[in-house]
Amino acid sequence: MVKFGFALNPSSRIDLDKTDREKFAQLVELEPDVLKCMACGSCTASCTAGKFTPTSVRSAILEIQNGRWQQALDMLKGCLLCGKCTMVCPRAINTRHLILAINEVYQSGK
Amino acid sequence: MKNIVVIGGGPAGLEASAQLHRLGYNVILVEKSPQLGGHLAKWDRLFPSGIPAKDVLEKMVSQINGVKYFLEANVQSINLLHKSYNVILNNGITVLADAVLFTTGFDLFPAQKKEEYGYGIYEKVITNADLENWFKTKKDNRVTENPKRIGFVHCVGSRDEKAGNRYCSKVCCATAVKQACEIKQEFPDVEVFCFYMDLRMFGRGYEDMYLSAQKDYGVRFIRGRVSEVAENINKELIVKAEDTLSGKPIKVTLDLLVLMSGMQNCSEGTKVAHQLGIANAGNDGFFETKDAIYSQQHSTREGIFFAGACTGPKTLPDSLSEARAAAIEIHNYVKGIR
Ligand code: SF4
Ligand code: SF4
Ligand code: SF4
Repeated sequence: MVKFGFALNPSSRIDLDKTDREKFAQLVELEPDVLKCMACGSCTASCTAGKFTPTSVRSAILEIQNGRWQQALDMLKGCLLCGKCTMVCPRAINTRHLILAINEVYQSGK
Repeated sequence: MKNIVVIGGGPAGLEASAQLHRLGYNVILVEKSPQLGGHLAKWDRLFPSGIPAKDVLEKMVSQINGVKYFLEANVQSINLLHKSYNVILNNGITVLADAVLFTTGFDLFPAQKKEEYGYGIYEKVITNADLENWFKTKKDNRVTENPKRIGFVHCVGSRDEKAGNRYCSKVCCATAVKQACEIKQEFPDVEVFCFYMDLRMFGRGYEDMYLSAQKDYGVRFIRGRVSEVAENINKELIVKAEDTLSGKPIKVTLDLLVLMSGMQNCSEGTKVAHQLGIANAGNDGFFETKDAIYSQQHSTREGIFFAGACTGPKTLPDSLSEARAAAIEIHNYVKGIR
């Protein structure tokens, strides 16, 4: 095959028409405080694992809101459950519990 | 008895008139439209706690007993005669005023100017004022039953050099969050999206309102300005923005899009101010006060005063405080107290 030096990339566009509202409702049921995140980034900044792996609670919440839960799960793989993010969250979200809840709801959905 | 002319019968004009009347002045209030209350008369409920606008307005109007007011009136000419201003109204009334107070307020930014949002082109695009009117009257064919998704666009005609308004209109973030919650009360199953650049929830209770919008109503806040809107064959709206927090373009199909039109200086008020040479204000179009900190109620001309949104975007309580301050400043001026 002739190589043209470029290839087509899949679209990176987020389609909010296609988010799974049912799954998200389950998550809210388990950890209602997921709704309170104001994307400040404190959790990511102080994350123990975040320096070495792409661990970020803020981004994981955002990915889930955008319907990209697989990315969220990948992002939380490196989490040590150390709880530093819970300590720093200004919206008092139990992020540690949230991480467990995300895994519970979305892992099973695979 | 000293005459004071108050131009503009919105909240600031009503409050200042009531106070000046109590201080013993002969107040002549001039209102261009057929009713008192300005924008407040068209609003349904007020942030942060949802007090009915009607109740607040009724209270204000009940305070102006004894004030002479003219509806559907405007100032034809105004000029200085010795130490007083000769004010001629379009209804033939002439007043020799010892002081004149501008409470001319604001005009809403005409949303059709932001063509890419399609106001006046697509059926399902409305403004914050249209939605307030729907809350009040439940009459608007554009708002249909059982919507799936509704969007709010912050900063329409504000923070926008191309729209001619570089400043922030101050109240529209709080209005958007209030309306987002209210629309969820009307349609509990609807998904609501607010497209914002910064959320300016500065006042007491506003941050709580934001938290409640997230926690109690599940409103989704997307940090990114809507860049364009298109309509599909079903008259649904396809909205494009960037989710700047993830750095990815976003697309969503909406049943209704609400534009948060900002404030700009009242064009009628500006015409009157031109006659006095005080309209060529700062580059934001609002009137310039004598001093930005200490003399907010004074214009650069003796005997001419300002209160409310004619000197920049204000919340309702801001405007009321300024109205009361203006009444005292006018009293001091007329009494010769410096
Ligand atoms: S609990 Fe996990 S996500 Fe939170 S700071 Fe520790 S490693 Fe990071
Ligand atoms: S610290 Fe809390 S509020 Fe801030 S981004 Fe993380 S989860 Fe959200
Ligand atoms: S108050 Fe909010 S919506 Fe209004 S102009 Fe300012 S930032 Fe934009």
